[in-house]
Amino acid sequence: MFNVFEIAGKVSLFGARALAESFRRPFEGGQIVRQLADVGSKSLPLVIASGFALGAVMTLHTRTTLVTFGAAAVIPTVQAFAFFLEIGPLVTALLVAGRVGSGIGAVLADMRATEQIDGIESLSIDSFKFLVVPRIIACTLALPILTLFMDFSGLLGGFLSESAASGLSFQLYIFRAFSEFQWSNFWPPTLKTCVFGFVIGTISSFFGYTMNEGAQGVGKAATNSVVISSLLIILLDVLLIKLIFFIFPGSAL
Amino acid sequence: MTPGDSPAVIFDQVSKSFGAKQVLNNVSWNIPAGSALCILGRSGTGKSVTLKLIIALLKPDQGKIWIDEDEVTHLSASKLSRVRRKIGYLFQDAALFDSLTLYENLALPLQRLTNKSLEEIDFVIDQVLGQVGLANDKAKMPSELSGGMRKRAGLARALMLEPKILLADEPSSGLDRITASEIDELLLRQKADRKTTLIVVTHDVHGARRVADRVLVLDRGKMIAHGSVSEIEHSENETARRLIGSDG
Repeated sequence: MFNVFEIAGKVSLFGARALAESFRRPFEGGQIVRQLADVGSKSLPLVIASGFALGAVMTLHTRTTLVTFGAAAVIPTVQAFAFFLEIGPLVTALLVAGRVGSGIGAVLADMRATEQIDGIESLSIDSFKFLVVPRIIACTLALPILTLFMDFSGLLGGFLSESAASGLSFQLYIFRAFSEFQWSNFWPPTLKTCVFGFVIGTISSFFGYTMNEGAQGVGKAATNSVVISSLLIILLDVLLIKLIFFIFPGSAL
Repeated sequence: MTPGDSPAVIFDQVSKSFGAKQVLNNVSWNIPAGSALCILGRSGTGKSVTLKLIIALLKPDQGKIWIDEDEVTHLSASKLSRVRRKIGYLFQDAALFDSLTLYENLALPLQRLTNKSLEEIDFVIDQVLGQVGLANDKAKMPSELSGGMRKRAGLARALMLEPKILLADEPSSGLDRITASEIDELLLRQKADRKTTLIVVTHDVHGARRVADRVLVLDRGKMIAHGSVSEIEHSENETARRLIGSDG
């Protein structure tokens, strides 16, 4: 138990240091762009495919029930609310934790094992600022963008599923999807994924950067990154939803 | 030490442990600027740790380490960065950044630590790659380089900032005798042309005999011999004589 608190403390300090370093020169613009491209290219196909499939499946499931109650017209609305409020942010974060978080943990642990991090330090370059900070910033920036892709691909999957079943037009589907929608339903859930991104970047970088167990540590860092990031994302989601309801009471349906 | 030469590196009663294992125990030595020191010893006797202590990648538990006028064990990050710029480090496995091309690996320290223009950086990289015989390989990724090429690439990176002190960790390990000799030649040329101080950790007695002005022998964390090759050959310590290849 003591070990859990010790690691929690170290991760918190690690994240705080990254936050402070991100406002200090040099800003590592090139590295941030490189990492952003890496996070995006690794995750985007997975996010779009998952969103599309989830959207189609969700419509198939909800349709039966809603038609029974004569509420087939609200299928697009349910789909939009479900994706923009919860499914999009949460599933995107979990996918990125699995796809990118494990990669960050493994890459940094491998760099530690093969003395690449020592190599950077020996060149008078701050390895934390060069390797860790850009990865955390990239995850933080990429998550909301990827979430939007998840949201809209989910809507597209839902539309195709609904269209095949009822012949609903695209214009009417979109109109019904967003007829009850407010900005407070869109911005807070989307922007909360920045927190998820920060968590994924920080946890993964922490386990990779501080791992010092040679080749064996690479797998361990990757596993720890995914497991701890995913767990924290789910727990933080509860807190962030309560916070959003507190700040935007109208969004609490 | 040759009269008039100031020491480039001083180890003063340095000790270092990892958990219960004491790797260095009260070790003291120094090396005059512009000369070459080879550190010999059996595996696990603190040779690589010695190099990492010099460049402050590790901190000693006790003792002081001087690089020119700076005592490196208690320097601030900015002062340590200034001291490290005087030092080049050839890692055992080269430690090239595997996500960057050879050119990008070499350009990195110049881009970040100097005000050189892109043309000047290109010129320096071409010059150094020419010295190490990799002029046509700068677009390659580290994974595309052979063991000997990686070593030479690592040496090229270590030389990019024209260091006053060059640390080399097993520069000939895993290489055939001819390639190892080429690496030794590069080190000696660096010493002759730029008066670079060389500190080389090696198991290659042949290479040590070619490169070293002085030899330091470590065994079980202690310095058991320090002197010229001929002095080590006639050392009273049997392990030192065996390591230099004059006994047994």
